Amino acid sequence: MIGRIAAFTVVLSLLGCFLAPAAADEACADPLGCVAVEPEDPIAIGAMLVMSGAINYLGDDTLGGVELALLARDYSFLGHEIELVVEDSLCTAEGGQAAAQRLAADPMIVGAIGTNCSSAAQGAIPIISDAGLVMIAPSNTSPSLTNDDIAAGGSHLPGYFRTSQNGLIEGMRLAEFAALALKSETLATVHDGDPYTSGLARAVADTFAELGRDVVFEGAVNKGDTDMASILTEIAVHQPDVIYVPLFEPESNFFAAQMTHIPGLEDSIIIGGAASFSSSFPENTGDAAVGIYVSGPLVSGDAYDELLSQWVDEYGSDPPSGYHAHAYDATNLLLTALENVAVANDDGSLVFGRQAIRDAVAATKDYPGLTGRLTCREESPFAGDCSPGTALAVFIITEAEVYDDHWPPPVAWNFALDAFE
Amino acid sequence: MFKWKTDEFSWVDFTIDILRILIVLGVVVGAWNTLSSGRISFAQWVNLFAAGLSQGSIYALIALGYTLVYGILLMINFAHGEVFMAGAFSTVFLAEALNRTGFLNEQPLLAILLMIMFAGLVSMTVAILLERVAYRPLRGSPRLVPLITAIGASFFLQYTFRGLYGSGFKAYPQVRILQGAISIGDINIPVVQVFVFGSALVLMLGLYWLVERTRVGKAMRAVSENKEVARLMGIDIDWVIMFTFGVGGFLAGSAGVINGMFRPQGVNFFMGFIPGIKAFTAAVLGGIGNIPGAMLGGLFLGVIEAIGPNLVLAGLGIPGANQLKDVIAFTMLVLVLIFRPQGILGERLSEQKA
Repeated sequence: MIGRIAAFTVVLSLLGCFLAPAAADEACADPLGCVAVEPEDPIAIGAMLVMSGAINYLGDDTLGGVELALLARDYSFLGHEIELVVEDSLCTAEGGQAAAQRLAADPMIVGAIGTNCSSAAQGAIPIISDAGLVMIAPSNTSPSLTNDDIAAGGSHLPGYFRTSQNGLIEGMRLAEFAALALKSETLATVHDGDPYTSGLARAVADTFAELGRDVVFEGAVNKGDTDMASILTEIAVHQPDVIYVPLFEPESNFFAAQMTHIPGLEDSIIIGGAASFSSSFPENTGDAAVGIYVSGPLVSGDAYDELLSQWVDEYGSDPPSGYHAHAYDATNLLLTALENVAVANDDGSLVFGRQAIRDAVAATKDYPGLTGRLTCREESPFAGDCSPGTALAVFIITEAEVYDDHWPPPVAWNFALDAFE
Repeated sequence: MFKWKTDEFSWVDFTIDILRILIVLGVVVGAWNTLSSGRISFAQWVNLFAAGLSQGSIYALIALGYTLVYGILLMINFAHGEVFMAGAFSTVFLAEALNRTGFLNEQPLLAILLMIMFAGLVSMTVAILLERVAYRPLRGSPRLVPLITAIGASFFLQYTFRGLYGSGFKAYPQVRILQGAISIGDINIPVVQVFVFGSALVLMLGLYWLVERTRVGKAMRAVSENKEVARLMGIDIDWVIMFTFGVGGFLAGSAGVINGMFRPQGVNFFMGFIPGIKAFTAAVLGGIGNIPGAMLGGLFLGVIEAIGPNLVLAGLGIPGANQLKDVIAFTMLVLVLIFRPQGILGERLSEQKA
């Protein structure tokens, strides 16, 4: 008798296993499938951030932004707890790929925040897109990521969005700053082959040339290079007024520190990119950092001040970089989209259509974020760009940042307020 | 000069000779184009040379560790780059502390000496432990076994230090006395480069004295010549080998601090890998197992790396010449292995041994 009951139970269980997905599929009409969240289950949000390596401060900065956005909702959403699944995407394509694979393998993930680095995004995008997920990046700026013309080097695929500004916009503004505010006539650019640095260097050089100025040198260094004397000597041959160097640390430290030893570059001005917008840059570069311009995000307003005070309460210090507000906005965009597409059942379970989530994020219009009013665009080369591009400034590093641990540095040019003559 | 002309004709010899001619021609044409264009001023060449000499001094100090160990055990200690990293990475915290207290700039020479001693001791300890734990049990095994062990030890040390100090980058604080430059006409040589070259020279001469003029040095040379005979003469082979690893480690640690004065940034767990490979190249260039050869090889490699891209590659119109710095270093290694496998001073060593 017991044997028959056991056999009956096994048969019933097997039937249940086969029929349950069929029932779920039946309920889900979304072309990319659905995420069904049972009444007691949490809603799982992924994060692909750089949690180790030289620029892990950027990961800490954006993770803080994500956590504060979730904390503002008490880690609770539509009656469910929110679970944040953090994966280390490093700052490489391989790292992004691995992080995306781990998230894509989890059927409960409804969407992800990240990546930090454009190179990591290039590895993550195809996997996230194939898995029917969305990713909203808080600090990618490479123009290629929102360009869907593969033949022209674009790598945009459906499901990719970002709240950071496009490098085309940043590059254009920095070139204008160099030409019109600094009154420079000649420019040299140096990148390291990374999509982020090469995209920015290209954008700055193109706009600078369009403004009728001369781009006298365009070169690159290798990641990991410590000796910059060779490229600096080559640049010195052209004696440019401005050198645009959007390198990451420590290459940017080596470049700036060794430039002081090169005859012919005494009057050249360095403009660094947001990759050097960190308190560690002046600290590690030393005296040579004084007078260097660095572009970086600039967010202001009462809501942002409130976020900063929450940050200090929560973490006990200031944010380590400048993209926490973009991460905060990215998280809110995702949560708002989820809110708009969630189908709540009587038993408390939720169903999210994956295509519906993508469509909802893409439909974002005039969302009042900390970094401005966000509208997600669809047309290439801005496909997936949600940033208004206004939260950007050029800062100048002073002795206070080098010797007194002061951060952030004073603003030299606020693109939202200052106008060129 | 041309082997295929004197001996029986061989296509291999012929091809190698053609390669020789092409390389010499490339170097001459590239250098001629660059120098005749006058793009780079004399002051800039001197600057590149001085930077190369400083970088080469650091390679030379690390290369001495490779060459000492090879000379005595006929093994390549591929973990030696990590021995350099161990001293440099550990001492950055001491340097920060000395800077915070103000001691670094109040008593700079004493502070630097303290840092060199500390880094030297850390690296020496790591090198001795490496020998005792990883290499000694394998003595007498086929040569491939300690080589593979050394590669494993290299990774082990990297990730141990990553675990100890984290994966972020640190930087040595600036020493005020080493800032600025010595001016001779239009030429400005940074003080720090003079310091790097000078202190490396002192350490190299110290090592030469130790090996050539002391009893322990004589024991090292005896073990290097013939271990069994040295043992019969009453020399404690194990102790001498351990001492040799210790000396190589001390030099590598010192190089770590000197490197920290020269290029203060980029201190992390992976920082020993490339200098280690370059130093190995320098040791082979100079003639591995030969102490003056390692010194000369290091200096030569540093200067070639600094000047080569701008002098030869840019003159040949190769774009991104500065990115090919490492190519020059490793091409030198390949060329030496093809044309003079014993290295620049290798012959003198074999004559002495004979």
